[in-house]
Amino acid sequence: MIEYLRNNSEIVWQALQEHLYLALLPILFGFVISLPLGYLAVRFTWLYHPLVNTFGVLYSIPSLALFVFLPVILGTKVLSPINVVVALTIYTVALLARTVADGLRSVDPVVAQAATAMGYRRTRRLIDVELPIALPVILAGLRVATVSNISLVSVGSLIGIGGLGQLFTRGFQLFYLEPILVGVVLSVLLAGIADLIIVLVQRAITPWTRAA
Amino acid sequence: MITFEDVVKVYRGGATAVDHLSLELPTGKLTVLVGPSGCGKTTSLRMINRMIAPTSGRILIDGKDVAEQDEALLRRSIGYVIQHAGLFPHRTVLDNVATVPVLLGKTRREARNAAYELLERVGLSADFAKRYPAQLSGGQQQRVGVARALAADPPIMLMDEPFSAVDPVVRAQLHTEFLRLQQDLGKTIAMVTHDIDEAIKLGDHVAVLRTGGRLAQFATPRELLANPADDFVASFVGRDRGLRSLSFDSAAELPVRPVDGIELDEAGRPLGLPGVFTKGDSLRVVTDLVISSPGGIAVRVGPDGAADGQVSHHELADYLASRRR
Ligand SMILES: Nc1ncnc2c1ncn2[C@@H]1O[C@H](COP(=O)(O)OP(=O)(O)O)[C@@H](O)[C@H]1O
Ligand SMILES: [Mg+2]
Repeated sequence: MIEYLRNNSEIVWQALQEHLYLALLPILFGFVISLPLGYLAVRFTWLYHPLVNTFGVLYSIPSLALFVFLPVILGTKVLSPINVVVALTIYTVALLARTVADGLRSVDPVVAQAATAMGYRRTRRLIDVELPIALPVILAGLRVATVSNISLVSVGSLIGIGGLGQLFTRGFQLFYLEPILVGVVLSVLLAGIADLIIVLVQRAITPWTRAA
Repeated sequence: MITFEDVVKVYRGGATAVDHLSLELPTGKLTVLVGPSGCGKTTSLRMINRMIAPTSGRILIDGKDVAEQDEALLRRSIGYVIQHAGLFPHRTVLDNVATVPVLLGKTRREARNAAYELLERVGLSADFAKRYPAQLSGGQQQRVGVARALAADPPIMLMDEPFSAVDPVVRAQLHTEFLRLQQDLGKTIAMVTHDIDEAIKLGDHVAVLRTGGRLAQFATPRELLANPADDFVASFVGRDRGLRSLSFDSAAELPVRPVDGIELDEAGRPLGLPGVFTKGDSLRVVTDLVISSPGGIAVRVGPDGAADGQVSHHELADYLASRRR
């Protein structure tokens, strides 16, 4: 394995970077889209269940099917990385919009009302009070979405889009175990490190959760 | 002054929570709204800071209709304390207290410095400043709640069952401290409770509400005990009204005889008695002493603790009877 890495460091490094980029860009997009969606689902209570159900259905679409059908819908090339980014953004939103909504719903209404009674206006109350209190729930969702995205990028490689999954296809084609092993180990490592980073950030920015 | 002008609140679904309420809460005084559960106390209180809009009628603060003021600015000028304190769980005690000053544009540092002083005012040491609400007892949280409400020095405070969630011992302690604080600050306070004893103990004025949101009586605690407006108020105020009303009557005028047959030390202080009273005590204290002392005698002491008179069962009864004529 070490041997393989030494001889193919450039290819592996390239695959790793692609993998990271294909997994994390959708997290960013998905998070930005999920915040307002989750907020709306809480603000207008009747939206919550339709939204949660829709996302449940979206999340259950097999990723391979999505990668294959998206070019048809978006008019992109079959091998375009845009397909993976869009597909994973959809999964991320499906997970995170619900998490944001659940996080905001976890805020004690008494506390939210106290904030209003202190003289908070709606937007500032959301930013200063409700979102921070919802953070533990939201970050838990973010961990799931991140780890799941990192593993789903490998599926994209099956149809020829970049990432560490390329090493699998390469290994299969050559009947050669080393690249497959390297690919598996690296993607597991990547998921673990990303998860750890989120946990550390969470510990740093939500000190009150460990106070009780 | 807070004025309720013929205020009605009917909730969607039809429940009349407040029914043609007209009331004046005087400036600098503590007015208690008291009544059985569901009689519209919380609703009335929250219409003052516009958390709830009246169905009809007006609420004025110093003659200005609250409905015409900016909601958020109005609320920043009114302190608000609730039953379980409702502290922000993600903020330290210090930052909870600093909330409104920061909203009003103070820098975080200024607000925090001021918050230290407030913590001291409500009886919390600086050790608590960096803790989170989850690390405090119920009574401590309630103190922080009061400090947070006072932080921007608002002329008005609204308090909804502020002491109901703590045990009786802590509650009595909070009552005493709160009365002392109010004596210093002289805020215009509207306080809600379902506990008539608390209302009588704390209120300068008491508004008794009956179910359906109607005002049954507005009076000083003393008047309420002496002259309940009707059977509802009388039964709500409860038994022992006569005895309880004695706590508003001073023992200063009570005639005493020279001490006789009481064991004293060299400084003239009585020995071996369960208790004594001073001119500053109430007649209720004297009555209690007379009843509970073995000889049926209550001994009065001067500022130096030396006995300066005594009164017997019969003498007290005669004095109480003479006051009624
Ligand atoms: N948001 C609401 N919607 C409908 N009815 C309400 C609402 N809030 C309170 N009520 C009703 O109004 C009445 C007065 O409630 P409230 O002011 O909370 O009473 P209190 O504080 O004296 O216990 C009760 O009958 C209660 O059920
Ligand atoms: Mg209430």
